[in-house]
Amino acid sequence: MAEADQTRLLALIDMPALLVEAEKVTFANRAALALLGAHIVGENVRIALRAPDAVALLMRPDGGHARITGVSVPGSIWEMACHVLDGGTRLITLQDMSIQVSVARAHADFVANASHELRTPLAAIIGYVETLSDDKAGEDRQTRERFLGIIRREARRVQSLVEDLMSLSRIEAVKHEAPTDPVDIVALAREVAGEFAESSPVEVASDSGQAVVGGDRSQLAQAIRNLVDNGLKYGRPGGKVAISIEASATGWLLLQVSDDGEGIAPEHLPRLTERFYRADASRSRSLGGTGLGLAIVKHIVERHRGRFDISSRVGQGTTASITLPLSSG
Amino acid sequence: MATSPTPHFQAEIGQLRGLIAEMGGLAEVAITDAIDALVRHDEDLAQTVVAGDAKLDALEAEVDRLAVRIIALRAPMADDLRDVIAALKISGVIERIGDYAKNIAKRVGQIDDRRKFEPLTLIPVMAGIAQSMVRDVLNAYGARDAALAVEVINRDEKVDNFYDSIFRNLVAHMMENPSTISTAAQLLFVARNLERIGDHATNVAEMVYFAATGLYYSERDNPGGLEKVI
Repeated sequence: MAEADQTRLLALIDMPALLVEAEKVTFANRAALALLGAHIVGENVRIALRAPDAVALLMRPDGGHARITGVSVPGSIWEMACHVLDGGTRLITLQDMSIQVSVARAHADFVANASHELRTPLAAIIGYVETLSDDKAGEDRQTRERFLGIIRREARRVQSLVEDLMSLSRIEAVKHEAPTDPVDIVALAREVAGEFAESSPVEVASDSGQAVVGGDRSQLAQAIRNLVDNGLKYGRPGGKVAISIEASATGWLLLQVSDDGEGIAPEHLPRLTERFYRADASRSRSLGGTGLGLAIVKHIVERHRGRFDISSRVGQGTTASITLPLSSG
Repeated sequence: MATSPTPHFQAEIGQLRGLIAEMGGLAEVAITDAIDALVRHDEDLAQTVVAGDAKLDALEAEVDRLAVRIIALRAPMADDLRDVIAALKISGVIERIGDYAKNIAKRVGQIDDRRKFEPLTLIPVMAGIAQSMVRDVLNAYGARDAALAVEVINRDEKVDNFYDSIFRNLVAHMMENPSTISTAAQLLFVARNLERIGDHATNVAEMVYFAATGLYYSERDNPGGLEKVI
C-alpha cells in the first residue's frame, strides 16, 4: 500500500495509531495526538511512549504486543501493538484496557468503604425507630420530636450519600471518554454562584469575558458547586467565598475557589480527594458532608483532562484550583 | 527552527531527546516499584529495582557520549545548543532520581513490623505527589511546555510541606514507641528520598523551562535584566 493510502486509512480509525520510521514518528492519527500530545509528530518515538515496556517493544526487530501503564492518566492500562510493515516502517496501535482492570478494583474499594458509611446512619435510624415503637418512649411528645429529628437527619444523610455515590459512579462510567461540548466556564461559574445568592453572596472575578473548554456542562457545574459548598461549609461563619477565573495565554484555564476560613493542616491536603477521607470527621458529618464531594470534583476534572489541586494556609484560608485545557477552536 | 537543518543532525537531536525520555520512563517505574515493594514488603521487586538502576547509568553514559559527539562534530547553535545542554544536565538529574528510588528499594528488607505501623500509610501518598512531578516534568520535556514546567516547580512546595509533616509524625511516633525507632528511622530516610526526588523533578523543570524559552527560570520575572542566554 502506498504511504499516502496508509495514512489516509489510519486517519479514519478511532484507535490511537502511529507510524514510526527509524525511531521517528512520521504520522499520528487524531486519537493518538489527543492521547499522547500534539507535539509527537517528528519527535523520537520515545518522546511519545517512554514506558520501559513500550521502549523494549519498539526496539524489538519483529514487533509484538506489550501491556503498558500510565499513558493518559496515572494508573491507566494500555495494550500496545507494534507491527513491522514493508520497508521497515512500524505501525503502533494502542488499546485502552483501563476499564476492564479498574472495574474490579473500584468494586472492592466501594464495598469496603461504602458499606461502613451506609450502615452507620441506618443503624441509628433502626435504633431510634425501635425505641419509638416502645409505648413509653413514643408517648412522650418531647422525646418523640427529638428522636424523629434524628431519624430525619440520618435519613437525609443516607439520601445524600446515595446521591453522591450515584454521581460518582456515573462519572466513573464515562471517565475514559473525554467530553467535548463547548462550555463557557465564566458564564457557568456565574450561574453556580447565583444558586447560592440567597444565602451567601459568592463573588466571581474573571480576566476575560468568556473562557470556553471542551466539557460536560452539568458535571463541571457540579464540580464548581461542590467547591463553593465546601468553602461556605468549612469557611469562617459569615466569611467570603470567591471564584476567580484566569484564561492564560498558555492554553490553560485556571479556576480557583477560595475561602478565608481556618485552613487545612498540610498532612490532610494530599488525601482530601480520597473517598470518605475527612480532615475532621465529626465536623464534616454534623454539616451533612458525605466525604465524597472532593472525590467527585477530582473525577470530573480528570475526566476533562485537567488537574485539581488544593492549597491551604492554616489560619488564612483554603484555595481549590481546577486547571483545564482551553478549547483551541 | 533548526539552525543546522541536516537530516542527520536532526535525527541525532531526536535520538538524544528519545534517550532522555527513555531514562525518564525507567525512573518513573523505579519509583512506583520501589514504593510498591515497600508497602507490600516484596523483597524480590525491591531487588529488581536495585538491579534496574544499572540500565539508567548506561543510558546516562550514552546521553553523555552522544551529546559530546553532537557538540564536537556539529557545533550546534541557538535552540539546538540549548537542547543538547539541557539533555546533558537532565540526564544527570534523572540518574539521581533513579538512585533515590534504588535507595528506597534497598531499605525494604530493613523495615519490619509494617502492618501495625501507621506512618507507613503516609509514604505512598507523598510518593504519589513526587511521582506526579516526575511524570509531568517528562511530559513538559516532550512537549517543550514551559507552562507545565512552571506548574511542576510550584508543586515542589507541597512535597516539602508533606515531608515536614511526616518528619514530625515519625519523630512523635519514635518518642511514644521506642521499639519502632529503627523502622521509623528507615521511613524517615524514605521520606527524605522522596523529598529529594521532588527537588530533582524541580531541577529538571527549570532545565525544561530553559530549553523551551532560552531564559533561566530564576530570572523569568526580570526581563530587563539578562537577555536570552543563547
